[in-house]
Amino acid sequence: MDGFWFGAFPYIALTLFVVGTIYRYKVGFKYSSLSSQFLESSHFQKGSVPFHVGILVVFFAHLIALLFPNISFGGHMLVSMETLMLSFSLIAFVGLAILFYRRITNQRVLMVTNKMDIAIEVLLLIQFFIGIYITVSLKWGSAWYASDMVPYLQSVFTFHPDVVAISASPLLIKLHVVFAFLIVLLIPFSRLVHFLVAPLHYITRPYQIVRWNWNPKTIRDPNTPWKDAVQRPKNN
Amino acid sequence: MNIRSQMSMVFHLDKCLGCHTCTVACKNIWTDRKGAEYMWFNNVETKPGTGYPTKWEDQELYKGGWEKKGNSIELKGAGKLKGLLNIFHNPNLPVIDDYYEPFTYKYLNLIESPQSDVQPVARAVSLITGKPLDIKMGPNWDDDLSGTPDYARKDPNLAKLTPAEQEAMFQLEQMAFYYLPRICNHCLNPACVASCPSGAIYKRGEDGVVLIDQNVCKAWRMCITACPYKKTYYNWSTGKSEKCLLCFPRIEVGEAPACMHSCVGRIRYLGVLLYDADKIEAYASADEKDLISSQLDIYLDPFDPKVIAEAKANGIADSTIKAAQASPIYKFVKEWKIALPLHAEFRTLPNLFYVPPMLPVMATISQNTNDNDTLHEKAKAWDDSWLYDTSLDEIFGNIENMRFPLKYMASLFGAGDEKLMAEKLKKLMAIRIYRRHITVGDISKEKSDAALAEVGLDIPMAEAIYKMTSLAKFDDRFVIPAAHREEAIEMLESTADVKGNTGFGWTPKPARGI
Ligand code: SF4
Ligand code: SF4
Repeated sequence: MDGFWFGAFPYIALTLFVVGTIYRYKVGFKYSSLSSQFLESSHFQKGSVPFHVGILVVFFAHLIALLFPNISFGGHMLVSMETLMLSFSLIAFVGLAILFYRRITNQRVLMVTNKMDIAIEVLLLIQFFIGIYITVSLKWGSAWYASDMVPYLQSVFTFHPDVVAISASPLLIKLHVVFAFLIVLLIPFSRLVHFLVAPLHYITRPYQIVRWNWNPKTIRDPNTPWKDAVQRPKNN
Repeated sequence: MNIRSQMSMVFHLDKCLGCHTCTVACKNIWTDRKGAEYMWFNNVETKPGTGYPTKWEDQELYKGGWEKKGNSIELKGAGKLKGLLNIFHNPNLPVIDDYYEPFTYKYLNLIESPQSDVQPVARAVSLITGKPLDIKMGPNWDDDLSGTPDYARKDPNLAKLTPAEQEAMFQLEQMAFYYLPRICNHCLNPACVASCPSGAIYKRGEDGVVLIDQNVCKAWRMCITACPYKKTYYNWSTGKSEKCLLCFPRIEVGEAPACMHSCVGRIRYLGVLLYDADKIEAYASADEKDLISSQLDIYLDPFDPKVIAEAKANGIADSTIKAAQASPIYKFVKEWKIALPLHAEFRTLPNLFYVPPMLPVMATISQNTNDNDTLHEKAKAWDDSWLYDTSLDEIFGNIENMRFPLKYMASLFGAGDEKLMAEKLKKLMAIRIYRRHITVGDISKEKSDAALAEVGLDIPMAEAIYKMTSLAKFDDRFVIPAAHREEAIEMLESTADVKGNTGFGWTPKPARGI
């Protein structure tokens, strides 16, 4: 069993994630964050902001620890790290719970809700719950994450899955890992795709955008060779 | 100089009947779809009134447009910092209730209900939830309801008037209203483009039409906040924003946009203006009192040989330059100077200009009526000469005493500049005086000449304005340069890319994502 869930499933999930995401991106129209704030704004605010802030902090904390497992914490640092993770997971959990409640009780929002939205929100709620439970019950995750979990995750990402590295872990942790890969799998098939196109390029681009369909200076010049004329100019 | 050409428009408000034909024409073509029912790319408002969405002009409420910061300008409610910080929840986003909840009626009830003692009814149901709905708001709910407390008295433009002035405006015998048809202004300094974090909104280089790339839009919904005219709309079903596209598939083949083509009052004019794109930022940052004059400055004289040479060097086609020379917009805005942009203080440099309405100016309540008579008494003995005074003894007397205070009109069309507003109205008035002298003859030539002279018009110009206003034919009102039909497809995609393929690609149905 462990062999499938920790040896094969991560690759199934990652493959579907990559292929699915490319497909979604190519068929551009359906790629959207599908915001429903326009239909209901005040509950949305109470849920969306804490959820997004919380999940971003928790996600990047996991990621950084995975990339730099050698940073080790001791004493005060360990406690504050743990408090940080716990509080942000709680913030995200509460935010998501508000969003979920809003989604299933608000008539208008319900009209733009599909099964996948429900599935993904329930899945995330469970995942947060397990994560919080682990933090509370299996003390000092900030310490054992690096030594117990990172070797397994690294083995997955270097294509030598080391199932043994994880098989001794408690069931809760195993569940947390499986759910994580399940969520990764579902990204391209749900509204979660929108986090992949976080519009950070906005920071560096000029405010105004002008699109030319051809370069007006060269297109009308008879001396321009055909192949240059049809090359589109850089925008703006 | 960096000369570009811009499709621009003039709406002559005195001619608008408020018939909403334009609105319906647009609706039938573009927004008759799920998620778009509440969108009206073209809408006609009654002024004074609150408009659609309710109180859209109040930027303290909606935080649209640009505001001056130091020597430059910043988006008021969006932009790089504010936009990205508010991306999880945009506090300045209007919600559907600020527009109205779209509805239909259960017509089938009328046919299918069984025999009974009472009439069957077709109940209103929401087009979002399908549930019965008490309609509280509609797209033109304040239509002709200028006098009611809910609408006219909440007009954001009244803020600048004293309570006494406001009261005077709503005296029964003073009461007047006019229509304000609105579409996207295809601005030179569009706030919607600047606010889009994905970079989905863009201005077409060739003709200046502002469009939203539906494949790139990711529903960050900042444009809804940023457009001060509230002319970008969020499709709650597909999760994409949409806006007026100036019927570009029509103008590319030389046809007028649907709203303009169908306009019953023939109030709409469309043509090209040449402008200097290098000046946009500087002019959009001008002091408030110079905003209108500097915006009008950015448009160039298409007859000036230097401008023509520069335009050609910049790749503007000869047909476009010719169209710019024949452009009715150039005449209204630059030659005759009787059209003004709406709310220039939003600093987007809008390209839709309005000839302000005279209706509120022309008739003042007659001074020689007996004040003891109630209006009711007067109404029994209608006599043209006593109730409304349209005599023109004091040539421009009526303008200062107009039924709408100049301040109110200036707040809409003059960026607050009453002098500018009066100047335009006087010009329009002078033309009326001149035409009355010709057609009715009860005004002397001296008076008519004096009126024209005072506003700097001569007879050929007055004749030209009169002709363009009253007699203009289709081809005079719409001067659309050929996009060259044979090249039009190239405005959408590079035909060379798809040579050897069958057709021009495959477009997926615009359905909601998962
Ligand atoms: S009117 Fe609004 S939507 Fe249209 S170009 Fe200007 S800012 Fe953009
Ligand atoms: S069709 Fe013309 S006259 Fe009628 S409401 Fe529209 S703009 Fe006014």
